[in-house]
Amino acid sequence: MKFFDSIRFRLATLFQRSEMNAEMEEELRSHIQHRADDLERSGLARSEAERRARIEFGGREKYKEEIHHALGGNFIETCVQDLRFSLRQLRKSPWFTIAAVLTLALAIGANTVVFGVLNALILRPLNLPHPQSLFTIQHGGYREQNSSYLDYLDLRERNRSFDDVTAYIMVPVGLDTGSNPSQSWGYEVTGNYFDALGMQPYLGRFFHDADEHGPNSAPYLVLSYAYWHSQFQDDRNVIGRVVQVNKHPFTILGVAPPEFNGTLVFFFPDFWAPMVQQEQLQGFNVLNDRNERDIFMVLGHMKTGVTPAQAIGDLNSVGSYLEKTYPKTEADMTYSLARPSLVGDSMGPGLKRFVTGMMLLSGMILLAACANLGSLFAARAADRSREVALRLALGSRRSRILRGVFTEALLLSLFGGALGLLGSVALLRQLSVWHPIPEYPMHVPVYADRSVYLAALLLALVSGFLFGAVPVRQILRTNPYEVVKAGSTGIIAGSTGRRITLRDVLLVVQIAICAVLVTSSLVAVRGLVRSMHSRFGFVPENAILVDTTLRLAGYSGDRALAMQRRMINTLATLPGVKSVGLISRIPLGGGTSTDDVFTDQTTDLRTANAAGNVNVYQISPEYFHAAGTALLAGRSISWQDNKDAPRVAVVSELFATRIFGTVANALGRYYKMADGTRIQVVGIVEQGKYYLLTENPKPAVFLPFMQSPTGLMCLVVRSDRDPQQLAPEIRSKLRDLDSGIPLYIETWTEGLGIALFPARAATVSLGVLGLLGAMLSITGIFGMAAYSVSRRLRELGIRMALGAKWMEVLKAALGRPLKLLFVGSTAGLLLGVLAARVLSYIVYEASPRDPMVLGGVVLVMLLLGLLATWIPAQRALSVNPLILLREE
Amino acid sequence: MNDQAQLLPGTLDLLILRAVSLGPLHGYGILLRIGQISANALLIEQGALYPGLFRLVRQGLLKASWGTSENNRRAKFYELTVAGRKRLQEETDSWNRLAGAIAAALGPQPEEA
Repeated sequence: MKFFDSIRFRLATLFQRSEMNAEMEEELRSHIQHRADDLERSGLARSEAERRARIEFGGREKYKEEIHHALGGNFIETCVQDLRFSLRQLRKSPWFTIAAVLTLALAIGANTVVFGVLNALILRPLNLPHPQSLFTIQHGGYREQNSSYLDYLDLRERNRSFDDVTAYIMVPVGLDTGSNPSQSWGYEVTGNYFDALGMQPYLGRFFHDADEHGPNSAPYLVLSYAYWHSQFQDDRNVIGRVVQVNKHPFTILGVAPPEFNGTLVFFFPDFWAPMVQQEQLQGFNVLNDRNERDIFMVLGHMKTGVTPAQAIGDLNSVGSYLEKTYPKTEADMTYSLARPSLVGDSMGPGLKRFVTGMMLLSGMILLAACANLGSLFAARAADRSREVALRLALGSRRSRILRGVFTEALLLSLFGGALGLLGSVALLRQLSVWHPIPEYPMHVPVYADRSVYLAALLLALVSGFLFGAVPVRQILRTNPYEVVKAGSTGIIAGSTGRRITLRDVLLVVQIAICAVLVTSSLVAVRGLVRSMHSRFGFVPENAILVDTTLRLAGYSGDRALAMQRRMINTLATLPGVKSVGLISRIPLGGGTSTDDVFTDQTTDLRTANAAGNVNVYQISPEYFHAAGTALLAGRSISWQDNKDAPRVAVVSELFATRIFGTVANALGRYYKMADGTRIQVVGIVEQGKYYLLTENPKPAVFLPFMQSPTGLMCLVVRSDRDPQQLAPEIRSKLRDLDSGIPLYIETWTEGLGIALFPARAATVSLGVLGLLGAMLSITGIFGMAAYSVSRRLRELGIRMALGAKWMEVLKAALGRPLKLLFVGSTAGLLLGVLAARVLSYIVYEASPRDPMVLGGVVLVMLLLGLLATWIPAQRALSVNPLILLREE
Repeated sequence: MNDQAQLLPGTLDLLILRAVSLGPLHGYGILLRIGQISANALLIEQGALYPGLFRLVRQGLLKASWGTSENNRRAKFYELTVAGRKRLQEETDSWNRLAGAIAAALGPQPEEA
């Protein structure tokens, strides 16, 4: 309170100065009048008395000034003076100012961007009522999100710790609003979804539990605000309109509020539809099958007063009920809770680790920039030591001089911060509208909000104080007499000696930080390059993917199978096409289907007895050929493996070794599915990567699509022709078959985008930070080397005059900066190797124990040193002793 | 005039507090009161009084209000606040201790043995 009072008082005195002046003037005049009265009484004439009184009073202006001083009103005036003085100082050295502001802008900008991402993905709560009590319910040791509808119902009915529990699935559909049928993503949700989340509609109404009366009883849609805005141009009459979803009529009920985009931060649905419509939305209905864990996420608001531990205990009792009642399907039904926004524990922790790591690294960048500017400031203070000494000798207080230094530092940091903020806001805006993966409605909503601005301001202030503090000791120790006596040459004794100075430490720290960044970005780049060339279990080059879903066009069952065959045969006739294969989901395409498998000997087919959980794909006979997957043993699927033939499968290498011991052993043997079907293994293919590049290898089984039909499909077209030419031909051929089928065509290399996305994002961001770090290091080393050369120019000249060789001159001039470079790089490299461990979670095959990486870091740091010391070295070598000595 | 003593730094504030402790006074009145209670032994430049007065008001030891003087002129009157009275007491005590100690130190020394 005291502090604010004082500030207010000072502001008041500043603004009311004229008023105060008038009052003061009147008081002083009154004093003089009273004195004159006395003098007049002692016999003087009035005019003479007044003159005498004025003289006796003394310098009125001087006292008024003293009064102002006594009131402390001049604090702000001094600040304004300091500000003007600092601005003048900065204008006098424009290069220094520009360099400092740019350095700070880059460093603060980088921090603000990273903070913006951290804020958007991790710190900012979801935009719905009471986000802190909203949890996703995960089950099992792997903390999985998915669940069957029946399990969800049991959880919802039997738990006592949640207000309500809802669930959703993300589904792509063919949405025809009257003009152009196109693929669109929505959430298939339980009827209580909006009520459980506590949402209110922006327009129209939401659907509720009461709207559902069994399968296909609630053909309703709620649109997202963004979709309504872009597809219906904010038309309020859209409520009640009927649109075609996969060729089924759905009525638009309402529009969700603009700030509500579902409960994931990065996946925005176009619409919400009731889950009872599953058959129409997805082409199948598995709501009554406890074994089909198709639901993406189960979530709800915890009751007030319930702790997470109590809730977990409550859920676990439901879990043990489920295990007891449905032993065939339910095992490991323990529960855990997590925040829904980043898909709970399946993505949250990794992302958090990465973003926090980035925040640390960019924090280091800022520290390095501060160290850099601190050195510059110290050098400036040294150069200005004569000025400082003179000011001290003329009676200026040290605190006043320090205040000047800090004003200068803060001015610079505020300019830099403002510039950095501008840049980062623009960059964040770019990121927000960026669609990293075109097929999915992925967004990175990282717009800047109040906390971002606040963070930037805070960073600017802190860094200003940090580098402003560097020359403080130097100024406090300045002895005016010594400096003035020493003249222009012997500036500040002591800092030239062997002693380790603060500047040395700062430079080493800065170089070390840079080396850490260079190491981690090299590790990431190397990992990325390696993962691009690693064995995926298929050859993405020279292959085009045609992504489509027949059910979006209303096909199912035998009609779908017939259509799929026609599509394959049609494309195979295109010139230049070598082979065409079909697979239910493309590996590394962002999704998998899994199933439990059992050994042939198992009779009790409950989940707990499963031999393993494997990826399941349905393929056409030509798939392996089209995909470039190598057949290790046996045969591929053939067209004879149809509905009437015995059930067969081709399995991956890991499937064979894990369930049958060896590849040779697996051929011709049988395994069982959960429903008891026996399937014979007729072939073994190479092991691949199916879900993530960084995944632990997981067995896979490939079933003939004639024996287990699928609505999902992706065609793989292998050809040597230019994809730019081939793609339109593929599209027109397929359009000829049925123009109502939505198609998505891309090369397989492009299709890997989703699998490589995390690694790419990590590599790009680390690369940018590494570049920043390198730039800062160069300027830091350059500054130090240049300073050291210019200070020892005379000494170097004498050495050369006495016949020193250029090598010795260089050693004298640059030995110290290079030594610091060595120390810093070594420390940084070691730290970087440690830091790179974190990276291995994100980037496939990221390993710092890689001679290429280690060599690369050494090379980069050497190059940095060379680049930074090149000009100072030239200057040292071009010293002309004659000219130099004549100047003295 | 020559027998007037220069003020020690910091003592003016104490004198002002003392002067107004007997009742509200305007600036010129304070000057006269100090002359009176010190038997004109102290030299104070008239204008030098005012920075001190403003400082004491700022510190909350004095409060000021405009009124009419005995000469029928408008003048600003100063009086002690509760804090001012307390401060005067403290300052007086510590001044007395200091003065006593200095007087003792400067007084006739016992002869060295």
